[in-house]
Amino acid sequence: MGNALHLENVTMQFGGVVSVNNLTLDVPENKIIALIGPNGAGKTTAFNCITGVYQPTNGLIEFMGKPMVRNYPRGKAEKTYKGENAKTYSNDPVISPTPDQITGLGIARTFQNIRLWKSMSVFDNVLIAKHQHAKQNVFSAIFRGNLAEEKRMRDETMELLVEQGLDEYKDELAVSLPYGLQRRLEIARALATNPKLLLLDEPAAGMNPQETNELTDFVRQIREKYDLTVFLIEHHMDLVMNISDYIYVIDFGSEIAQGVPEEIQNNQRVIEAYLGVAEEEE
Amino acid sequence: MKQNQKNYTAFIGIAIMLAAVILLENISAIIPGLPQVFSPTSPLFTVLKKAAVYSLVAVSMNLLNGFTGLFSLGQAGFMLLGAYTYAILMVPSAQKDQVYYLFGGCAFDFSILDMFEGIFGSSGAGYVISLILSCLIALILAGAVAAFFAYLIGIPVLRLKSDYLAIATLGFAEILRAIFQWQKLGKVTNGANMIKGFPTFSSFNITGPSGQVILRLSTFVPFLISTVCIFIIVLLINSSYGRAFKSIRDDEIAAEAMGISLFKHKMLSFVISSFFAGVGGALFAMYVANAQAKAFTSVMTYEILLIVVIGGIGSVSGSVIATFLYVACSEWWLRFLDSEQYIGGFKLPLLRNGFRMVIFSVVIMVIVLFFSQGIMGENEISISGLMKKLPGKKERKQ
Repeated sequence: MGNALHLENVTMQFGGVVSVNNLTLDVPENKIIALIGPNGAGKTTAFNCITGVYQPTNGLIEFMGKPMVRNYPRGKAEKTYKGENAKTYSNDPVISPTPDQITGLGIARTFQNIRLWKSMSVFDNVLIAKHQHAKQNVFSAIFRGNLAEEKRMRDETMELLVEQGLDEYKDELAVSLPYGLQRRLEIARALATNPKLLLLDEPAAGMNPQETNELTDFVRQIREKYDLTVFLIEHHMDLVMNISDYIYVIDFGSEIAQGVPEEIQNNQRVIEAYLGVAEEEE
Repeated sequence: MKQNQKNYTAFIGIAIMLAAVILLENISAIIPGLPQVFSPTSPLFTVLKKAAVYSLVAVSMNLLNGFTGLFSLGQAGFMLLGAYTYAILMVPSAQKDQVYYLFGGCAFDFSILDMFEGIFGSSGAGYVISLILSCLIALILAGAVAAFFAYLIGIPVLRLKSDYLAIATLGFAEILRAIFQWQKLGKVTNGANMIKGFPTFSSFNITGPSGQVILRLSTFVPFLISTVCIFIIVLLINSSYGRAFKSIRDDEIAAEAMGISLFKHKMLSFVISSFFAGVGGALFAMYVANAQAKAFTSVMTYEILLIVVIGGIGSVSGSVIATFLYVACSEWWLRFLDSEQYIGGFKLPLLRNGFRMVIFSVVIMVIVLFFSQGIMGENEISISGLMKKLPGKKERKQ
């Protein structure tokens, strides 16, 4: 099994602030990998680099063994980025696909603060995610030249809603759903784009313990069912320790630890990052 | 199955409406002695023609502003392109010297109408066929020219957001207006003068051998063309692309993350909207029987924007209803305020030339204050929705 996702020396800099600093990590296929860290550690920024919202200032991102995002700027970078394995000079051309192209490759995401389409029904929310893979052009869409395609999209959407237990809400406005179901709808919408890799940005934020347990089972289920790789950011340690195969911890943009859940739980640096360093009294 | 049935009722409704327009237009010839309102020269038909034209432009603007969330104010510019394309292509060669006399003739000595008359003959049925065909082709070309310019201007402009986009498109429309009035282009655009002599709506009236009108179609024609165009826009809105447009309006970031290319879809919406604005501009030229850049000011865009807001941003039927109300108010119902009126021997105060606009502005303010969502909000009128509400208050579905 290869890596679904591979990040190498990914650095994201906003002016003088380095949000992600030389991050290198692997997400093996069919595993559930977690990225954790204190608030402001740069987790969401890392996700935004992977999904194309930001173009990393330096670094390489490979998806399924092929370079997907690459930016090793010539010259300029040598001064800026440090680190023993920082590769700062390259003749390789810059690759920077837009978020929709990256979604087309098979990476789907959810958002930390839910971003559903507010004026649309639950059904339409999922149906729109099917648009990019539809075999149609604008003329066949307007003049209904390809009704079979439209029907296929609707059938698949319905199937997905039934699987996720959202079918009874299908005609309701997406925003009128309870919070937990909105999270679930966002995942259903991401699944509708036929992803190979699913990025979940704090899926359990704002959930009570029972909902969190349900979510754990739910993520496992969809991983099995859709043959997915899952890469998630989370603050609920119960969930993370329970679900992950491997964990990366970052603080101030840099990786401070990695390992299986047991190792992370006992890692001194991780505990310090979360709880602060105890000052020695003289 | 249910969908098909819905389509049939829609078609039947449209057919009934169009038949009613023909009937209304000719009713004074069928039943003599009807009130003045039904005579062919009454303001009723002016309003109907103008509203048919404006409703198409309003719906095309709604596609952009209401369904895709792009705040564009370039509609008058694209109408201008459509109007000039139609006019230049349709003026018969024989009349060009007369129209362009200030510039010593037209540089563009070609007329689609002449071309078809050459094929089908210029009298009787041959003329009718060539009129219809040339009109259709000229309208499509008018839209195509507007769409082409929309594509060119869209490449830089669609990267802008909200107000900035509005300013850029507004500027584009104003530049176009200035260019079309430029004397140096006089051989093509006739400078600041109007182009006339092309077929208008009344060219479609069927006349007898001695020139008297047998069947009036001059209101039916704009209705037919607008209906077909609006129907196409509705089909687009209800298609997969229409849903993608709405997702961009609701949340760009989410739309992009779900694989919808922002640039491609914004461009598509912009080009299609401009196409229909171009067709609307050509219809407007037919309505006023001339094409003149002076008419397509930013005030015209604001008028249409006002209609869209009053009707409800994101509602096609709202735009259409609002157009008819707006045009009727501005052209007809409030006209009496412009002249002195007496009730018995009492002269009503304040009524004088221009007072209409005062009342009109107050009415619009009231509408905007008390119906901030517009008449229809985001809902649409449908026959089944009306049926449900029939016993009680008849209004909107959902």
